[in-house]
Amino acid sequence: MTKDHSFVLGAVAYDPKVVTIWEGFRQYFAARGFAFDFVLYTHYERQVEAHLRGDFDVAWNSPLSWLEAQRYAVTLGRRVEAIAMRDSDRDLTSVVLVRADGPVKSVTDLKGRIVAVGASDSPQATLIPLEHLATQGVLAERDFTVLRHDVMVGKHGDHVGGERDAVRALINGDADAACVIDGNHLSFVREGLFAQGSLQILTQTAPYDHCNMTVLESVPPARCARFRELLLGMSFDDPEARPLLEMEGLRQWLDGRDTGYTQLAAAIDRFDTIAPWLARVTG
Amino acid sequence: MEPLRERIIDVDLGDLGLDEGAHLLVQRALAQCDPAQVIRVRGTAHALAVDLRGWARAQGHRFEVSEGAWILSRSASYDGRWRNAVRASGTDAATSPGEHASSRWGVAARGALVEDSVPAWDFALGDKDSVWSDDAPRLYAMGAAAQWDPATAVPWSSELTHPAEVEDAVVQVMTYLIENETAALQVPARFLGRVHPHYREIVQVLALQCADEARHMEVFTRRALLQRDALGLSTAGGQRSLQTLYEEPDYAIASFLLSVLGEGSFLSLLWFLHAHGPDEVTRSVAKLSAQDEARHVAFSLSHLQRHCEREPAIRAKFARAVDARHQALQHTAGLNREVFDGLVLLAAGGWSPAALRRGHHAVIALQQTMDEGRRGRLARLGFSAGEAEALSALHTRNFM
Ligand SMILES: [Fe+2]
Ligand SMILES: [Fe+2]
Repeated sequence: MTKDHSFVLGAVAYDPKVVTIWEGFRQYFAARGFAFDFVLYTHYERQVEAHLRGDFDVAWNSPLSWLEAQRYAVTLGRRVEAIAMRDSDRDLTSVVLVRADGPVKSVTDLKGRIVAVGASDSPQATLIPLEHLATQGVLAERDFTVLRHDVMVGKHGDHVGGERDAVRALINGDADAACVIDGNHLSFVREGLFAQGSLQILTQTAPYDHCNMTVLESVPPARCARFRELLLGMSFDDPEARPLLEMEGLRQWLDGRDTGYTQLAAAIDRFDTIAPWLARVTG
Repeated sequence: MEPLRERIIDVDLGDLGLDEGAHLLVQRALAQCDPAQVIRVRGTAHALAVDLRGWARAQGHRFEVSEGAWILSRSASYDGRWRNAVRASGTDAATSPGEHASSRWGVAARGALVEDSVPAWDFALGDKDSVWSDDAPRLYAMGAAAQWDPATAVPWSSELTHPAEVEDAVVQVMTYLIENETAALQVPARFLGRVHPHYREIVQVLALQCADEARHMEVFTRRALLQRDALGLSTAGGQRSLQTLYEEPDYAIASFLLSVLGEGSFLSLLWFLHAHGPDEVTRSVAKLSAQDEARHVAFSLSHLQRHCEREPAIRAKFARAVDARHQALQHTAGLNREVFDGLVLLAAGGWSPAALRRGHHAVIALQQTMDEGRRGRLARLGFSAGEAEALSALHTRNFM
C-alpha cells in the first residue's frame, strides 16, 4: 500500500454538521492543489491520544484538549504549537447569570446556593467561570453546590445544549446562578429562552482564548506551512470560502497564540480535571 | 482642503441594551465608518459590556475596552458579502424580465441584490424565448379576479328531472371530464417548478391554471355524485392518450399538445355541455370551467406565438409531435364508446328516435366545431391552411 501525502486534520464530531464543514474544506483545499483529509473522533481525549500517536497531522483542539495535548506532549519530551485560530476564538469571556429578582446580589451571596454550569469538561460554561469564582473567594463544592448539565461529555462544551440547560435551571429555580459564554446572554434572549431584563450579570471573567489548530514538532514543515497559508488566505469576500467560514463561525483565520489559556490551566490544576486521564495515558 | 474626519465616532446608546435592539445603532455607526475610523460606544444598559463583546466577536468586529469606553473597529470583511453581489434582473428596470435568467439568481425577487455564494438552482426553463408571453401579466390578473368558489358559484340544490339513464350518461361524461382535468393539472404542474421564477408572471399564470383545474376536478366530481354512489368507466385508450401528454418532456410541445389542441377542443366540449346539459348544475359547472379554459388556451397561444416568431423551426417540431402522438395512439380505441354514446344521450335528453337523432347530430357538429377551432388556432401559430387541416385531423380522438 502506498502512503498518501494528504495533510490530515483531526476534529471532534460534536454535531453532524462537522462532516459538512470539513468535507467543504477538503474540497476547497483540493481545488487549490492541496491534498487534505480529515478524521473525526467522538471525544477530545481520544483525539489527543491519536495525535500524539501520530495518526494525523493537525488537531482542531478545544482549549481544554490544547492543554491536554500540551501536558501529554511534555511527558514524552515533545512540543505542541498553536498555528492558527479563528478571529472568534480570541478574547472570549464567560458570565455568571442570576435572576434579577433573586437573592444573589454579589459573588459572596452564592455561599450555600446552587450554581448551574454546562458540561463538566466545558471550559467556557464550567471550568473557567468556576475558577473565576474561586479567585473571587467562593469555591465550588465547598461554598456552593454545582449543578452540572453533562450534555456530551468529552466534547468539551462544544454543544451549546449544556449552557441552555443551565439557564433553564436558573429560570426554573433549580439553581441560583448559571454560567454561560458572553455571547450566549444575547443569543438566549433572542431565542426567547428568558425575558430581557429577567436575568442579571453577577460577574464576568477576564478574556480567554478558545480553539486552536495544534501541531506537534514532528509535523511535516512544508505541508504544515501550506495548510496555514491556505487557511489564513481564506477571505470572507470569496464566495467559495464564505459559506465554510460562516459554518465554522468565523470571519477570518488568525495566527495561533498560546497566551489565552492561563485561566483554564489554573482551573484544571485547581479542580484536578485532567489528572486521571493524564495518569492513564502516560502510565 | 478637505477637513480631517474624526478618528473616533461616538455612539450613545442611552439605557438601550443590545438585548433590546441597540445593535441597530451600533451597526448604523459602523456603516458610516471608513476603515481608518473606530466607534466609541457609551451606554448604561446593565449587560452592555457583555453583549457588545459577544456581538462584535460574532460579527468579526474588533472590540477593545479603553479608558472605560468600548471601542469597536469595523471588520475587514464588513461588506465582503455584497462586494460581488449581482442584481437579479437582465435589465436596469426591476419590473421587466431579462432574456436569460441566471441559475445564480435562484428564487430571488426580480431586481433583488443577490449574494454571490447563492447556490445554483436548476431551473430548466430559464430563457425568455422559451416561456414568456407579454399577455401573461394581464391573463394572470384576469385569472386572479375570476377565481370562483365551487360552494357558491354552482346551484347545487337545483332539481334534477331527467330520466335515470340520462343521469347515467351524465355520470359517465363527468368521469371522463375528471380524468382529463386531472391530466390538465398534472401537465402544467410538472413544468411549473421548472420555469425560472425570474419569469414570475409565467409561474403565477401556471399556478392559477393548476388551481383552476383543481376546481374543475372538484365540481365535476360533485356533479357526478349528486345522485349516484359510484363513478363511471375509465378506459385504457383514454388514459394512454393522456399519458402521452403527461410524459412529453418539452415544455413548448407539451403546451402545444395540451392547450392549443387539447384544451382548445375541450373548450368546445364544455360549451356543448353548457348548451345541452340536462340540468342546471351540469350547465353551470360546464360554463364556469369553459371560462377558465379560455384563459388557459389564450395563454398558451400567446406564448407559443411569440416562441414561433423567434424560433420558426419549432413549428416543424410541433407537427412531428402531433404525428408521433398519432402513431403512438393509432391502435388504441380513441374516445371511449361510452363517452360518445353518453354525449349523444345527454344531448338527446330521452329515448325517442327524434331526440336521439338530434343528439347524434349535435355530437357530430361538436366534432366539426372542435376541428374548426383547432385549425383556427394552428393558423394563428403560422401553420398554412393545409398543414392545419392535416394536423387537426391527426389530433387524438380522445379530444384532450
Ligand atoms: Fe380544466
Ligand atoms: Fe385547462
